[in-house]
Amino acid sequence: MLAVIALGGMLGAAARYGVAQWLPTRTGRFPWATFWTNVSGSFILGLLLVLLVERFPPTRLVRPFLATGVLGAFTTMSTYEVETALLIKDGHPLTAASYGLGSLVVGLAVAYAGILTGRIRDGS
Amino acid sequence: MTGASWVAFLVAAAMGATARYLLDGLVQDRTGGAFPWGTFVVNVTGCLILGVLTGLGLYHQLGASTRTVLGTGGMGAYTTFSTFSFETVRLVEEGAVDGALRNAVGSVVVGLAAAFVGLALTAAV
Repeated sequence: MLAVIALGGMLGAAARYGVAQWLPTRTGRFPWATFWTNVSGSFILGLLLVLLVERFPPTRLVRPFLATGVLGAFTTMSTYEVETALLIKDGHPLTAASYGLGSLVVGLAVAYAGILTGRIRDGS
Repeated sequence: MTGASWVAFLVAAAMGATARYLLDGLVQDRTGGAFPWGTFVVNVTGCLILGVLTGLGLYHQLGASTRTVLGTGGMGAYTTFSTFSFETVRLVEEGAVDGALRNAVGSVVVGLAAAFVGLALTAAV
C-alpha cells in the first residue's frame, strides 16, 4: 500500500514539476502553472473516484496509486497558498485575490464537473 | 536539476505522499465524522513548512535546488488540492453545505495564514 502511494507520489510530483518548468511564473504574475495543475487534477480526481467507486469497483491498489499517490501529489495546496501569500506581500493584491479565489472556485466547479462526467451512462 | 537532485526530489515526493496518507488516516480516525480534518491538518502544516522553506530562500540564502527538492517535491506531494476539492464537493452532495463552506473557506484562509506565519518566522530570525 505505502509503496504504491510512494510511487504514485513520485510520478505526480514529477509531472507537476514538468508543468512548472513548461509554464514558468514570473514574480508578481498570476501563477498559471499551479492553477492549471490544481484545476486539471481536481477534474480528473472527481472523474476517477466516481468511476472507481460507483461504476467499476477498484482493485485494492488502484485507488491509493492513482488518487492518493499520483493526483494527490500532482496537485498542491502549499504552493498555491505560498504563491498567494507572496503576491500579497509583494504588493499585488488583485492578482492574489483573483488567483486565490479563482483557484478555489474553478477547482471546486471542475471537481463537481468531473464527478458528473463520471456518472454519465451510455445511452442516457 | 542534476541527476542527484532528481533522485532527492523523487525521494522527497515519495515521503511527502506517504506522510499525507498516514497523517490523514491518523487524524481522520481520531476525529471521526464527515468533516475532512485529515486533509485539513495535512494541508495547513504543509503550508506552514513551505512558508518556512520559501522564507529561508528569501531571507537566508537557502539554495534553489534544496527548495525544489523539499518544497516542490516534498511539500508539494504532501499537500493536495484535488482531495480537498473532491471532499468539499462530496460534503455538498451529502447535504452538509455548512461543512463544505467551512472546509473550503477554512482550508484556504488558515492555509494562507500558515504560509504567512512561515514567511514571518524566517524573516524574524
